[in-house]
Amino acid sequence: MEPAKLTNHKKGGRLENPYLPYPVRIDDVIVETEDKNLKTFKLVFLNPEDENKFAYEAGQFAELSVAGQGEIPIGIASSPTEKGFLMFTVNKVGLVSSYMHSMQAGDIMGVRGPLGNWYPWEQMEGKNVVIIGGGFAFTTLRSAIIYMLDPANRKKFNEIHVIYGARTPGMLLYRDELMEWEKRDDIHMHITVDGTDDPDWQYNTGFVPTITEQKAPQGNDDTYAIVCGPPIMIKFTQPVLDNLGYDHDHIIMSLENRMKCGIGMCGRCNLGKEFVCKDGPIFTLLEINQTPKEY
Amino acid sequence: MTIIRIDKKDWAPGLEKLNSSYRLFGPVKEQDFHNFKELAKGEQPDFNCLNTRLSPKSIVQPQSEIMLEFTLDESQADHHIMKEPAVNDKPRAVLGIRPCDAKAFQLVKLNFDTLEHKDVYWLRNYEASTFVGLACDNPCSACFCSTAGSGPYNEEGLDVLLVNAEDHYLAKTLTPKGEALLKSAGWQATIEPGAAEAQIAAQQKSAEERIQSRVYTDNLRGQVTNELYEAPFWEEVAFACINCGTCTYLCPTCWCFDIQDEVHGCAGVRMRNWDSCMYPLFTLHGAGHNPRGTKTHRVRQRFMHKLKYYVDKYDNGIQCVGCGRCIRFCPVNIDIRDVIDKMNTYGTCQVDQS
Ligand SMILES: Cc1cc2nc3c(=O)[nH]c(=O)nc-3n(C[C@H](O)[C@H](O)[C@H](O)COP(=O)(O)OP(=O)(O)OC[C@H]3O[C@@H](n4cnc5c(N)ncnc54)[C@H](O)[C@@H]3O)c2cc1C
Ligand code: SF4
Ligand code: SF4
Ligand code: FES
Repeated sequence: MEPAKLTNHKKGGRLENPYLPYPVRIDDVIVETEDKNLKTFKLVFLNPEDENKFAYEAGQFAELSVAGQGEIPIGIASSPTEKGFLMFTVNKVGLVSSYMHSMQAGDIMGVRGPLGNWYPWEQMEGKNVVIIGGGFAFTTLRSAIIYMLDPANRKKFNEIHVIYGARTPGMLLYRDELMEWEKRDDIHMHITVDGTDDPDWQYNTGFVPTITEQKAPQGNDDTYAIVCGPPIMIKFTQPVLDNLGYDHDHIIMSLENRMKCGIGMCGRCNLGKEFVCKDGPIFTLLEINQTPKEY
Repeated sequence: MTIIRIDKKDWAPGLEKLNSSYRLFGPVKEQDFHNFKELAKGEQPDFNCLNTRLSPKSIVQPQSEIMLEFTLDESQADHHIMKEPAVNDKPRAVLGIRPCDAKAFQLVKLNFDTLEHKDVYWLRNYEASTFVGLACDNPCSACFCSTAGSGPYNEEGLDVLLVNAEDHYLAKTLTPKGEALLKSAGWQATIEPGAAEAQIAAQQKSAEERIQSRVYTDNLRGQVTNELYEAPFWEEVAFACINCGTCTYLCPTCWCFDIQDEVHGCAGVRMRNWDSCMYPLFTLHGAGHNPRGTKTHRVRQRFMHKLKYYVDKYDNGIQCVGCGRCIRFCPVNIDIRDVIDKMNTYGTCQVDQS
């Protein structure tokens, strides 16, 4: 969507190696969810000057590199407005992600990136932004919200809505921050859970598509929806957005495919001629409609 | 452009001289077939083969290549930090590469040399190489290079083109790199260009006439991606495929790779290895979902990539040079020429063949 950033290839006359991660130290590990399958890793660059080289935008991802285990593509959950660290929330799935769950503060690993494109911030200036997220696909959405709420940026956007759902209250990511945002009047929060037996639960109950139907503003030229979540959520949210009048070029999605290189070279993550790692991961629904559905 | 005459008796002594400043690569017979190998001192490339079984792509993109190194030994200050290994960028001379295979490197370069990212490993190897091509006088029945953007005397991607004559080669110098190589081999006998050019042109014409097999690719660009993707012929094309990956491993224009870490004791490397879109693991998500979960998906990906996605992405023709390897060695006789035809004519008024 956005034109790709030109990187500075030559450093000291040598080609920069796009496969070489920046070394980082794990500064903190936070267990996010009650099932303990999601942990947030706060990473600090070993060489402080690397932080400037890793200039990123909300919506991009990075390859997290664990020596001896491999690399995994993970959305950047911190916002470019937060300085001094990077934050990633990792679901325990297979080889590398499970190994990461055994790592601790002080351990050394690597980060390669930033990779991919980002949410179309310039295009969304002056517009309403409706964020719709489900499950643990909320990571780059956190980055987006923190970015938009930054005092230097908030005035660039009109109304902001957030519809975010998880199975239970204990499965919501970044709970403290969600509660903080609930208290603000410059962002409309619609938190929901599939179900709960907590009598004190004061937010919504119901699936994300249902809450979207009830709470999302009408679609128009000045309103963009950003949708990230499990395939089933996306499948049932799309007709709701269609009914609300959202054009497919106003529905923005972040896709996932198995990745290795992250820079459009190893050949595995494509949808048609587009590489999710390089031309994405952010696409409009209009763009996705024009490619084979191989994600 | 100059033309040099290399007497065959001067060939081995020339290689001997080249050896000091170049690593030499050439076709060598291994058991029943030829492959490109780095030549030992004194070893001669064997030009008595139509072409090598595997393409020479491994000279630039080895089947396995170390990308980074690290130590897990916590007593070392730099433990768990990735470092680049020492690089051998001594110039390489690739002797006797066929024109189709040299052109293939140019097609593949578009993938590794992009505006945003440069693949240092591929580019380093490519730039270190001087390609000394050998024109084809006896193309085989599966070759269709002349309608796949190349040809038996095609010069694209070559630094020197050798044309075989009875007791000598005519060497067309195509680039400064090629000129430098000829010079360091001591091959300097320029000859009167008029006669040499006429001889080359005559041989070229006769070689081109021998290529009976042709493909038509003119409609591919105009086809709608999703319509081709949904075309009814994919099940039939894929039916016999056993997803062995032979086609992609032999192909000079297939570049897909995997990245894996390997550890012995405390010492580790991050490597890359050839991979293939024919394998289910290629796209399998950690959570179990596979967007190309059936062999039809995978066969379609191979052909759509070469004949549609690449065509659209780079506007540089198809991602195939017509070398014919995948046709000759597919165990179930899947023929890319038939698929090109199906894709190129799809949706135009076809005569029903059934
Ligand atoms: C752009 C993008 C952003 C992502 N953001 C997050 C996030 O914020 N948090 C999170 O928990 N997960 C995220 N994922 C999914 C995450 O990358 C996979 O869960 C992870 O790669 C699984 O690796 P593994 O080694 O644990 O699993 P294994 O099954 O052992 O995988 C082996 C290797 O295959 C590749 N791989 C497997 N599954 C995937 C996949 N779904 N996507 C990409 N590569 C894969 C990786 O290279 C991995 O190391 C994201 C994926 C993409 C593409
Ligand atoms: S060589 Fe033939 S059988 Fe093997 S993967 Fe390729 S098309 Fe399929
Ligand atoms: S697709 Fe087949 S014919 Fe074309 S370059 Fe590759 S191996 Fe040769
Ligand atoms: S991850 Fe290698 S091409 Fe996208």
